[in-house]
Amino acid sequence: MKEKVVNRESFRYRLKKEWTRNRSLYFIILPVLAFYIAFHYKPMYGAIIAFKDYSPAMGIADSPWVGFKNFTRFFNSVYFTRLIKNTILLSVYNLLLGFPAPIILALLLNEVKNRKFKSFTQTATYLPHFISLVVVTGMLTDFSLSSGLFNDIIELFGGTRSPLLQNPKLYRSIYVASSIWQEVGWGSIIYLSALAGVDQQLYEAAQIDGAGKWKQLINVTLPGIAPTIIIMFIMKMGSLMNMGYEKTILLYNPSTYETADIISSYIYRIGLLEQDWSYSTAIGLFNSLINFALLIITNKLSKRYSETSLW
Amino acid sequence: MKIKKSKGERIFNVVNYVILTFVIIICLYPVWYVAMASFSDSNQLTQHTGLLVKPAGFSIEAYKKVFDNPMIGKGYLNTLFVLLVGVVLDLIMTSLGAYFLSRKHLMFKKTIMLIIIFTMFFSGGMIPFYLNLRDLHLTNSLWGLIIPFMISTYNLIILRTSFEAIPESLIEAAQIDGAGHLTILLKIVIPLSKAILAVMVLYYGVSIWNSWFWASAIMRNREMYPLQVILREILLSNDTSSMTAGAGAADTEAIAATIKYATIMVATVPILCVYPFLQKYFTKGTMVGAVKE
Repeated sequence: MKEKVVNRESFRYRLKKEWTRNRSLYFIILPVLAFYIAFHYKPMYGAIIAFKDYSPAMGIADSPWVGFKNFTRFFNSVYFTRLIKNTILLSVYNLLLGFPAPIILALLLNEVKNRKFKSFTQTATYLPHFISLVVVTGMLTDFSLSSGLFNDIIELFGGTRSPLLQNPKLYRSIYVASSIWQEVGWGSIIYLSALAGVDQQLYEAAQIDGAGKWKQLINVTLPGIAPTIIIMFIMKMGSLMNMGYEKTILLYNPSTYETADIISSYIYRIGLLEQDWSYSTAIGLFNSLINFALLIITNKLSKRYSETSLW
Repeated sequence: MKIKKSKGERIFNVVNYVILTFVIIICLYPVWYVAMASFSDSNQLTQHTGLLVKPAGFSIEAYKKVFDNPMIGKGYLNTLFVLLVGVVLDLIMTSLGAYFLSRKHLMFKKTIMLIIIFTMFFSGGMIPFYLNLRDLHLTNSLWGLIIPFMISTYNLIILRTSFEAIPESLIEAAQIDGAGHLTILLKIVIPLSKAILAVMVLYYGVSIWNSWFWASAIMRNREMYPLQVILREILLSNDTSSMTAGAGAADTEAIAATIKYATIMVATVPILCVYPFLQKYFTKGTMVGAVKE
């Protein structure tokens, strides 16, 4: 009992002291907090329309509650399984192929002793990152036409021409391959800097012990950059279900919806285009929760098995 | 101590160079193709098959059409406005946040950090975000592309980590001299962080330059479209009609293709010319960013 009273006293005292000493710092953070409240937390509050039948005329607070109606509508929708399947498959392919690619590029680059060649390779592989998504998808659409560059190459190898982006079977490959093309160089930067941080003496010691390139890779290099790899992996997992709606919206068309349509692009069509606000918000909330859960699970697993974690 | 290279190592080196050369070609060729196609004669380009190494014929007709299109210029202006005002506001807000979070012994620092970090992992979603912009009257205004995106939490963390590395003694000395926190931020912290602030300019700049989604979602007035939204119309909705007017029906399709390539060049070359010179800064940014919480 007594301790509690002392604590409260001291809390007030500390608050007062903090105010006199650091007041000006709190004024500095005020606009930043206002930003986060206005553009992050207010939309989070706005997400309660997922449980309401929202109409703009009545506003968020006065629209009637409907419980989980919007969620059950989504779970029972004919598109539900297709959307979940497409989202997961696209994410998993993107992760399986797209995640190791920059690591491999960084490892290859790390072995290049010729400085000029190394920096030229870096400049060349960073280039696609600086082409905007709109232009990249524009180029892809054009190259995929029957008369486009991709078909020129396919014909060169004896294939037949076809409009590639109209084919649902090819959609995911085009999506994933172009994402790797655009981001592999940029993604390798972080691993290159991690590689630069590996203690060079470890390599010398390994060489003296007679370890070849392969053994050095397994025993020195990979353990050295493992924390970076794990952190990047956790971050990727947290956005697994959140991926690429911008690219999807730019790249898909009704003839590829079958494989291309993912949860977030569906939210875009239902919400922004058809203005079914509450229903699309419910789907978005469902998606955010899955993401959040995935992040926490990966982080927990990583903490247990590798002692590296986000928090 | 130098150890003699084994045979396996030499083979590895050759293979490595071959692989990387192949990677270089894949990265550069599509851009080269677009450049060559944009200078091609439209009729010869449609007949051309196989890889394009030099322009098929030569014509700058497409560029003339692109520069005659007033929307491209308007798009550029809108994007430049958002870019200039946006980057300045982004830097101010991010610096304020980063400075606060880099101070030690603050009672509510942990709470505020948590409030900020949480938004990286959870959000209300696209639709509530849009409805919020509508409630705040930020739709159909260029400010709607600036204010809601002033702080990227990821950048904020990078900048905070870098501010934390500034020696505490410098800041304490200024405090003893009677300097307030704003003065310290402006006169000591910012001048000492020029390199990382350059990285911030780059990160914010590139993301503003590339953004199109929210512009297309909130703009009703075409006059306010930034460049990327105009590009989307031309490249993906195939809307080159404003530029092919006057050409015969048969030529229209052929010209449309070269116009697209020329548009890509006009919209991309400025950035491609700049980034190699900024390359040394990227590494710096990601290196600071990689430092764990």
